[in-house]
Amino acid sequence: MTTDDLIARLTGELKPVSRLAVFWRVVIGLGISLVVSSAMMYFWLGMRPDMMTATGTMMFWTKFAYTLILAVAGTWAVKRIAYPLGSIRVSLAVMAATIVVMIVLAMAKLAMTPPDQHMAMMTGHTIAVCTRNIVLLSLPLLVGAFWVLRGLAPTRLTVAGAAAGLAAGAIASLVYSFHCDESAMPFIAVWYTLGILIPGLIGAIAGRFVLRW
Amino acid sequence: MNPVETRLKELMLASLDGDARSYGILLNDLARHLRFYFLRRLSDAHKGDADDLVQETLMSLHTRRATYETDRPFTAWLHAIARYKLIDHFRRNRIRVTVPLDDAEDLFAVDQSDAAADRMDVERLLQSVPEKSRDLIYRTKIEGQSIAEVAQSTGLSEASVKVGIHRGIKAIAAKLKGRADDDR
Repeated sequence: MTTDDLIARLTGELKPVSRLAVFWRVVIGLGISLVVSSAMMYFWLGMRPDMMTATGTMMFWTKFAYTLILAVAGTWAVKRIAYPLGSIRVSLAVMAATIVVMIVLAMAKLAMTPPDQHMAMMTGHTIAVCTRNIVLLSLPLLVGAFWVLRGLAPTRLTVAGAAAGLAAGAIASLVYSFHCDESAMPFIAVWYTLGILIPGLIGAIAGRFVLRW
Repeated sequence: MNPVETRLKELMLASLDGDARSYGILLNDLARHLRFYFLRRLSDAHKGDADDLVQETLMSLHTRRATYETDRPFTAWLHAIARYKLIDHFRRNRIRVTVPLDDAEDLFAVDQSDAAADRMDVERLLQSVPEKSRDLIYRTKIEGQSIAEVAQSTGLSEASVKVGIHRGIKAIAAKLKGRADDDR
């Protein structure tokens, strides 16, 4: 095909593009995979049984705020990196600051408790499954985030993959927090955070293969 | 602001609203810019890939045009895509790049559309000249070698180099005259 033919073809199939097209693609891609991930949590793990009383506790809302901020920052990162020349610096800074605050809070909590309880606060009763569950819940979201980016124009694929992974992990941790009844700050600071960073790593590694265009 | 940027951006904004005429003009313009851009960055062995890269870039521009943010420079956006395609091409073909990639901004830094068009005109004209003369003209007039250098490297006498060039230029002149007559 000659370049002239190509131009004729492309011109022929030109349609107006909405200024919000990228926004909607992010909403649709992550929205649908959020539904899948939530369904997975609901049918496979189940909601936490003490949901009603939990919403009255400070810890529920701390966990909620922590994962929500990371999820929003991650989603923003996916949107930003979808543009050529896009940068996720702002999102990364927000995420890093949020994690640092959480770690500081957790350490303060540890400092205020007698040392013999430290171990229990770190391991909770679900240490064996927490991070793994978040990573599993993040998989549909990772697929969704990859789908979003594959139709757009990220030019730095490893960074784009990392953004997709962090967003997927963060949203998954938000979903998981409706199942998990752990309430110790140090537990959240370590195992939730790990559950977000691992998908980020998976995304970064997969990015340059999956996201090529 | 850079006049090229202003012009291309206007065309792009109209294209995003669905104006096919502007889009056609834009793509034709960009095809020329891009060809020149890729040719300059591909080694001689890979120059043949330039047209493929131009087409791939135009196709990506088309399918991903929603990622153009209208409050940002159009040329920077297009350059990012072209550069991505070039790097992807190098990776796919395992080409080690020895030329700096990042004299980047000059995809549009100067208005090269005329320069590129001129270059194509020159090349087209040269095609119409017998091969021997074409080579001589190319070496002396475009690469800037001296008559003596060319004589030495081709094994011709200086006199026949001069004659060859003269014949070629006459052929080009005749061709140009013919074209001017056509235009009338």
